[in-house]
Amino acid sequence: MDLHRKLAILADAAKYDASCATNGGVKRTSRGTPGIGSVTGTGICHSFTPDGRCVSLLKVLLTNYCIYDCLYCVNRVSSDVPRARFTPEEVVQLTLDFYRRNYIEGLFLSSGIVKSPDYTMEQLVAVARKLRVEHEFRGYIHLKTIVEASSGLIEEATRYADRVSINMELPTSADLQRLAPEKNEARIRASMGEIRQHIDTAAEERRKHKSAPPFAAASQSTQLIVGATEASDHTLLQTSSTLYRDYKLSRVYYSAFSPIPHASSKLPLAPPPLMREHRLYQADWLMRYYGFEATELTEPRAPNLDLRMDPKLAWALRNLHLFPVNVNTAPRHMLLRVPGFGVRNVDRILQSRRWHSVRLHDLVRLKVPMHKALPFIETSDYTPRAQELEHVERLKARFVRGDEQIDLFGAPALKVG
Amino acid sequence: MQQVRFEPTFEGWRNAARESLARGLPPEALSWVELTSPQSALDLTSANESHKAAATSSQFRIPRTYIEIAKTVALHSSPRRWALLYHVLWRLTHGESKLLEVPVDPDVIELMQLESAVKKDAYRMRAFVRFRGTRLGEEPWFVAWYEPEHDTLALNQKFFAERFANMRWSILTPARCMHWDGTVITFSPGARKVHAPAGDGVEQLWVEYYSHIFNPARIKPAAMQAQLLKRNWKNLPEAAVIEPLLREAPRRTAAMIARSEFLRVRETDYGLAQPPVGADLQELRSAAAGCRACPLWKTATCTVFGEGPRDAHIVLVGEQPGDGEDRAGKPFVGPAGQVLNDALAQAGIDRRVLYVTNAVKHFKFEPRGKRRMHMTPAQQEIAACRPWLEAELRLLEPSLIVALGATAARSILQTPVRVTQERGRVLKSEFGSTLVTLHPSALLRLPPDKDFRAELDAFVADLRKVRAAA
Repeated sequence: MDLHRKLAILADAAKYDASCATNGGVKRTSRGTPGIGSVTGTGICHSFTPDGRCVSLLKVLLTNYCIYDCLYCVNRVSSDVPRARFTPEEVVQLTLDFYRRNYIEGLFLSSGIVKSPDYTMEQLVAVARKLRVEHEFRGYIHLKTIVEASSGLIEEATRYADRVSINMELPTSADLQRLAPEKNEARIRASMGEIRQHIDTAAEERRKHKSAPPFAAASQSTQLIVGATEASDHTLLQTSSTLYRDYKLSRVYYSAFSPIPHASSKLPLAPPPLMREHRLYQADWLMRYYGFEATELTEPRAPNLDLRMDPKLAWALRNLHLFPVNVNTAPRHMLLRVPGFGVRNVDRILQSRRWHSVRLHDLVRLKVPMHKALPFIETSDYTPRAQELEHVERLKARFVRGDEQIDLFGAPALKVG
Repeated sequence: MQQVRFEPTFEGWRNAARESLARGLPPEALSWVELTSPQSALDLTSANESHKAAATSSQFRIPRTYIEIAKTVALHSSPRRWALLYHVLWRLTHGESKLLEVPVDPDVIELMQLESAVKKDAYRMRAFVRFRGTRLGEEPWFVAWYEPEHDTLALNQKFFAERFANMRWSILTPARCMHWDGTVITFSPGARKVHAPAGDGVEQLWVEYYSHIFNPARIKPAAMQAQLLKRNWKNLPEAAVIEPLLREAPRRTAAMIARSEFLRVRETDYGLAQPPVGADLQELRSAAAGCRACPLWKTATCTVFGEGPRDAHIVLVGEQPGDGEDRAGKPFVGPAGQVLNDALAQAGIDRRVLYVTNAVKHFKFEPRGKRRMHMTPAQQEIAACRPWLEAELRLLEPSLIVALGATAARSILQTPVRVTQERGRVLKSEFGSTLVTLHPSALLRLPPDKDFRAELDAFVADLRKVRAAA
C-alpha cells in the first residue's frame, strides 16, 4: 500500500479525536542544537479544515487495526473500514517532512490496539523516542496512552511527550460496560492518576533544576463523547469537574457523537448534536475560568443545558435575586457572573474603575454585548427598571424569541483548540 | 497646520515626534507626511537642531509600555497610525501619564486595536508560511513565498531562527526577504511569487492529509473562514481543495448515513435463538432453519448448520458461513474450507471424523455491485446465535473444541480473546478444553509482508496439537 493511501486511511481514522491543542508544552528552541523544532508555549493553528477545526498537529493513528470492540469507534474490530498500518519510521519521516515545511507544530499519535496493549504502546513510544533521540526533534508531541499498557511504558511516554491523553469517551461505568466492554473505568482513572504523578514530578524537577530534561509531559487531557448514550449534561459536567480536580487534566474535550461509517446499531444515527457540544464547551469554560461549579450549571429537574441560550445567561435567569450587579462596586467573582461579561472585559472594568466610575458608554466601547448585559447591571448612569427582574418569563422571552428560531443542530462558530 | 516630514519607520517617527514635542506642537497643529526615500529626512532638520530636540525631550517621562506598543503599531499599514501615536504621546506628556491604564479611553482602544492587528498578522505569518524544498548547490534549501498585511517580517525573525535552526531557509515577501544560513539572519530586497520554487511530493501528502482529517458530517464553513481568511488562501497549498471538499461533504455524509441505514438494525430486532429442549441434532438443524433471532436471515440464502458425525470427539467452530457456504448450505466448503482441508490433511486429521460448525449460522455480507462482501458479525449477532452453538456442544460433549478465529473464541469463552497471543493454547471453557487458533480465511488475507507458506505451517502446527489434546 502506498504512503498516500495509508495517510488517507489513518488520518480518516484519527479525525474523531477533537484535540489538536499545542499549548502548554515546556518552552524550548533548537538554536544551538543539531536538531529542529521549538515550543513557544502558545499553540499555533497552521490551518483550518472545512469543519472549522484547527490543524495544529499531524494527527494520525499508527494503525487502525484493533482487537477491541468499542461500539462508538469507527476502528473497532467488528467494523469493516479499510485498514492500514504505518511503520514507526514512516510516521517519523512524515512528521519531519511536514514540520520542515511549517505545516504543523508536531505530532499527535494514537493507535488501535494490535497484538497486546504493551506491544501497541511500545510502538507508540518507539516513534516518540526516534523523534526525540535520533532526530533531536524539539517540536510538540502528544501521545495517546493505551490504558492497559504497563507502567514502565506509560512512564516512558511521559518522558518524550508534551501531552499524554487517555480517552474516557463515556462518562459512566454503565455506559462503558455497554458500549466499550474492554474498557474499565477504574483502570482509566488509575492510569490518569499515575500520569498526574509523572507530570507533577517533572514540573518539580524543572522548578528545582535548570538542567532538567526539556521534554516531559506537562499536561494530560481526555475526551468524552456526547450524545452516544443517554448520559445527561449534568453527568458529563460532573465527570469533567472530578477529572479536572483529581487528575489536574488541562482539557476535557467534548465530541458530539457523529454518525460513523459502519456504525453499530446501539448508536443513534442522527446528525451530531453540535449545539449541545457547543453549550458543553461553554459550561466547561465557565467551570475553569469563571468560578462556576458543575452543580450550578444544570438543575435536578432539567439535567441538560438549555440549547437556546448560553449557560451563563441561563444561570442568571435562574438566579435573578442576585441581580442587578453594580459594575462600579461588585467584586471580581460577581462581575464574572454577569451575562455578556468576559474575563478580559472584567479585568478592564476593574482597571478603569480605579480612575473613574464606569458608565454605560464605557461598556459599549469595550464591545460588551449590551442586549445581554443590560438587564443584569447597574452603572453610575443606569439602573434596570425594577419590574424587569421580577418577570423571569418576560425576560427570558427577550433572549429566546419565537421568530428567532435557532437551528439546534446547526453549526455554531466555535474555536476548538 | 504644520507638516512633519519623516522617514516612515519607528526610529524616523520617534525623532520627528521628539522634536515636535520639544517645540510644544500640539497634535491638532501637525500633519504627518511620510518620506519615500530616507535621504530627504536630512534636509529638514540640521543635526544640531535634532540634537537639541533630543535633549529637551528627555524631560518628558514616557512609560516604557508606550514605547513597546509604539514599536509594534509603527509596523501597521494604516497611514493614520503616526498621528494617533503622537496624539497619545501628547496626552501622556500633558497631564495624563496614566492614560494607558484606562482601557475604556477611545484613543487607547484604537491604539490597542492597531497593536493587536499587527500581532495577529505576525502570528498568521508564523502559521501560514509554507516552505517548499529545493537546493542551493548541494545543500537542501527551504523557501517560502508570503504576503503579510503589515510590515511584520522582521518581527518573526527570532521565531523562525529558533524553530528551523538546522535548516537553510528563506522567506520571500513583496517588500523584503529574510534568510537564515544556520547562523545569522540577513535581509534582501523584495521578491515576486515566481521566485519561489514549485511544490513537491511532500506538499501533495499534506493536501491528502488535509482532505482526510476533517469530518464531513460537521462542516462549518463560516467558522473556518473566520480563521483562515480568504486572502491567505492563495498561498496555502491546501486551500485549493477547500471548495471541492465543501461541495462533496453533504453527499459524502448522506451516502454514509444511507449505507449505515441499510446495515442498521434496531436493538429490538435481536432476540435469542430458542433451540427446542431435548432435541437431537436433526431436530436442532430443522429448527435453526427457521431462526429469526437476528435480522441476518433476511438477506442470507439459508441457515448453515453444523455438520459431522453424532459421535465426533472434536468440534471445529468457525466464524460464519461465507458466500459459497451460504449457497451450498454446508460449512467450510468455500476458499477458507479449502485451506482448512489442506491443513487438516497435512496435520494428519481426517475431516470426516470431525463435527464442523460456526459461531454465527447465517451469512452476513454487504452487497457491492454483483458481489456479496463478507462482513464480520457484530456482538449482537454472535450473542443471538449462541444458543445454537451451545445446544450443539452440549449434545456432542466433545473432548476438544477448536475455536477458529476471534469470533468463535469469543462466543465459546464469553470473553474477548486475542488470537495472535493465545493461538496454540488450550483454554478452559464451560464446554471443556478449547484450543484457539486462526481462522483459515486469515491465511487468504495475509498482509504483503507475511509469507503464506510459513503461516500455513504455523496453522498446521496448531492443528497437530488437536491430536495430542483430543
